[in-house]
Amino acid sequence: MTEPFLELVDISKSYPGVVALDHVGLAVSPGEVIALIGENGAGKSTLMKVLGGVVEPSGGRIRVDGVERSALTVAEAIAAGIAFVHQELNLFDNLDVAGNVFIGREPVHGGPLRLIDRKALYAKTQPLLDRLGADFAPDAPLAGLSLAQRQLVEIMKALSLDARLVIMDEPTSSLTLSETDRLMRVIAALKAHGVSIIFITHRLNEVMQCADRAVVLRDGRMVGALTRAELSPAAMIRLMIGRDLKSLYVPPAAPPGEAVLDIVEAVTDTYPERAVSLSVRRGEILGLAGLVGSGRTELARAVFGVDPLRGGAIKLNGEAIRVTTPRAAIDHGIYLIPEDRKGCGLLLDVSIAENISLPDLSSYLRFFLVNTAQETKNARAQREQLKIRAPDVSTTVGSLSGGNQQKVVLAKWLSMRPKVLIFDEPTRGVDVGAKQEIYEMLRRLTDTGVAILMISSDMEEVIGVSDRIAVMHEGAISGFLDRSQFSEHNVLQLAVGHAV
Amino acid sequence: MNKKDLSLLVLILVVGAVVALINPRFLYVGNLSNTLNQVGMFGIFSIAEAFVIIIGGIELSVGSVIALLGVLFIDLIVNHDVNWMLAFAAIIASGLVIGLVHGALVTRMHIQPFVVTLCGLLIYRGAARYYTEDATAGFGFGASFPTLEWLTAGRTDLLGFPVPHSLVALIVVAAIAWVLLHRSVFGRYLYAVGKNEEAARYSGIRSERVMISAYVICGGLTAFAAILFAMYTRSISPAVHGSFYELYAIAAAVLGGCSLRGGEGSIVGVVLGTVLLQVLQNLVNLLGIPSSLNFAVMGAVILIGVLADQYLVQRRLRVSAAKGRTQTSLAAAPLEG
Ligand SMILES: Nc1ncnc2c1ncn2[C@@H]1O[C@H](COP(=O)(O)OP(=O)(O)OP(=O)(O)O)[C@@H](O)[C@H]1O
Ligand SMILES: [Mg+2]
Repeated sequence: MTEPFLELVDISKSYPGVVALDHVGLAVSPGEVIALIGENGAGKSTLMKVLGGVVEPSGGRIRVDGVERSALTVAEAIAAGIAFVHQELNLFDNLDVAGNVFIGREPVHGGPLRLIDRKALYAKTQPLLDRLGADFAPDAPLAGLSLAQRQLVEIMKALSLDARLVIMDEPTSSLTLSETDRLMRVIAALKAHGVSIIFITHRLNEVMQCADRAVVLRDGRMVGALTRAELSPAAMIRLMIGRDLKSLYVPPAAPPGEAVLDIVEAVTDTYPERAVSLSVRRGEILGLAGLVGSGRTELARAVFGVDPLRGGAIKLNGEAIRVTTPRAAIDHGIYLIPEDRKGCGLLLDVSIAENISLPDLSSYLRFFLVNTAQETKNARAQREQLKIRAPDVSTTVGSLSGGNQQKVVLAKWLSMRPKVLIFDEPTRGVDVGAKQEIYEMLRRLTDTGVAILMISSDMEEVIGVSDRIAVMHEGAISGFLDRSQFSEHNVLQLAVGHAV
Repeated sequence: MNKKDLSLLVLILVVGAVVALINPRFLYVGNLSNTLNQVGMFGIFSIAEAFVIIIGGIELSVGSVIALLGVLFIDLIVNHDVNWMLAFAAIIASGLVIGLVHGALVTRMHIQPFVVTLCGLLIYRGAARYYTEDATAGFGFGASFPTLEWLTAGRTDLLGFPVPHSLVALIVVAAIAWVLLHRSVFGRYLYAVGKNEEAARYSGIRSERVMISAYVICGGLTAFAAILFAMYTRSISPAVHGSFYELYAIAAAVLGGCSLRGGEGSIVGVVLGTVLLQVLQNLVNLLGIPSSLNFAVMGAVILIGVLADQYLVQRRLRVSAAKGRTQTSLAAAPLEG
């Protein structure tokens, strides 16, 4: 292997009450694909932010092409050829795709006004779209894109920089299988051109697919590295969480009961001429699979009353109900855990405790005031149960690692008494150990009679956790699968609209 | 009281001390009592404004509403012989309705609050002037409402200090607002909607209703302030009465830690902000600064205050980061366990 051009030596970083990184070292050689793995809050994003110049380390050195520094600025990192796809997306809602990709680097016409050359802008963006196989146009407004499509835009931004090293922080967390496959191919192509890649993921099969080396962080410390030959899911899990994992599927205590939630011929804005019918039974987990843009999130939003239902009906325990606002849905015992935690799930600069109590504040009443002691107590219990890594429940949610933020979103709803829970990507960005705990919790919920509808793009999750799978294709259900029919092949066939 | 409020209090004391040193008349009982009377009246509509700013809105029609409702109030009790209690209730109700309309326009018709309330500012001012045919509305000779006057513009001796009743009103309003904003469920909803309306909606908060309520509360409190001003000035020239008051309100709210992006601010801060503005007003009068410079002085001090605050915030962040560095070896242990 060639000499490393970039080295992190003894990097440390601490925040008040937290050691995010503790003397971590990492060397990157040209054309190397490194997978950075570890539990939520292990320090993966922080280490990469040090490399991208976003976070200043409290100690250690960074060597780039033989030049040693104590910290990089963003400009220096870009000059050194480092491109960064952040975990939390940083895009401009009011611009189109091309505008976002080339923000600050727009091609301009000559002349004193430096007007933006739109033609050139779009012409430069199209090849990037083709490379990722994206299904939207360079002039599509960002506001209309789904979370997965936005993630692709972030990746295009990094690709457009012609970098020597591309860092991707959980690039696949909201991508479906086909898009992930595309990305894997892009990574292979970059590698062939001598570009190095560091990518963070919680999906171990992706590591198996494309990494030359996996580096494992735990509690801010480097606990080991696995070469390509040593890579196996079991080995990675053992390093990450220090123990072995059981299989994902936990069978239900009793066979499912009668239908709790019936969605009858539901029509949403995105697919006005398609209707969806499905029912979720008491005590079952119904997985809802499909490609990005197949209308799953839109269906969930309509059932929860965020978007209007354009036709059809929703029945709870056989009775038709009218749900026009989320409040109405919640009052009926239907909860939605949204996929976009930053936009819809959390108040980022508010404490963990206040976030958790928000949907259920009326049960914390003493006279008409909020009983903060009880609020704190409940939040602490939730923190214990979900193993949220934070100094205290008064910590603001924005300073938590991505996976721990997701756990706070879950905690918001689990302290209430649901009848139907709709999860939209419940474990986006959650580590393997915590995923297992969440799955076990889902099962505990269904065993008490809750019906769960779980939208997921993670094939392992859909197949591993569901009792039954419904697959959507272009706004309609293309088929149902029972456990005996579960396979990646069958789900994919239905997802692209073929019969099985 | 948070750190921000505390530094504002320090600023007030410093400015007050400087003024008192240069001109001891600042501390005269009469002057203090007058200043506190102003604080009472200005504070009430500043709190009103804060409610709207906290949900991420803005209310620009405060001054015009004070003029219009003031004119109407005087007209009702002087020229139409309406019982003052009835008139009082009618004016407060009108304020609530104005707030309701603004809130509905913002949430249901999706017009930006700046635009809605800017139109309000123009419309109510025009209406007030048209209603009185641009003449001054006031109490004629012989017209006298002793109870009403005592209640609104009177003062009560407390250990030799005449406490203006408007100040008492402010204290009551501020106490209720404080409990509402900082301790009640409704207050949590206000802040949540101001911080992230989408996330609030997903949490089952009826964000439209919460926003409308903020405008309604603002309207009601502004109407109350309008009556206090009417009874204090006793005559209203509708062209100028209350003009620029919305800016006093916004300034007090911003000084008090409200962010114009919404989701932030404290009642104690807003009251202190009002106090600072009135002390400055007083300073201009007492130090013989040409009154034409009135606004310039205020603008300069607000700017300096906000800059100093930014500086302190930055410094506090740096200090706590440095502290984190030394504490980590201790704090790390429980996290790993
Ligand atoms: N700005 C900040 N202020 C305070 N603490 C922070 C801040 N950023 C990160 N941390 C803390 O540092 C630790 C490491 O966070 P980091 O985001 O690197 O985790 P991660 O490995 O990327 O986890 P995930 O898989 O959940 O994304 C966490 O405990 C987090 O709470
Ligand atoms: Mg992370």
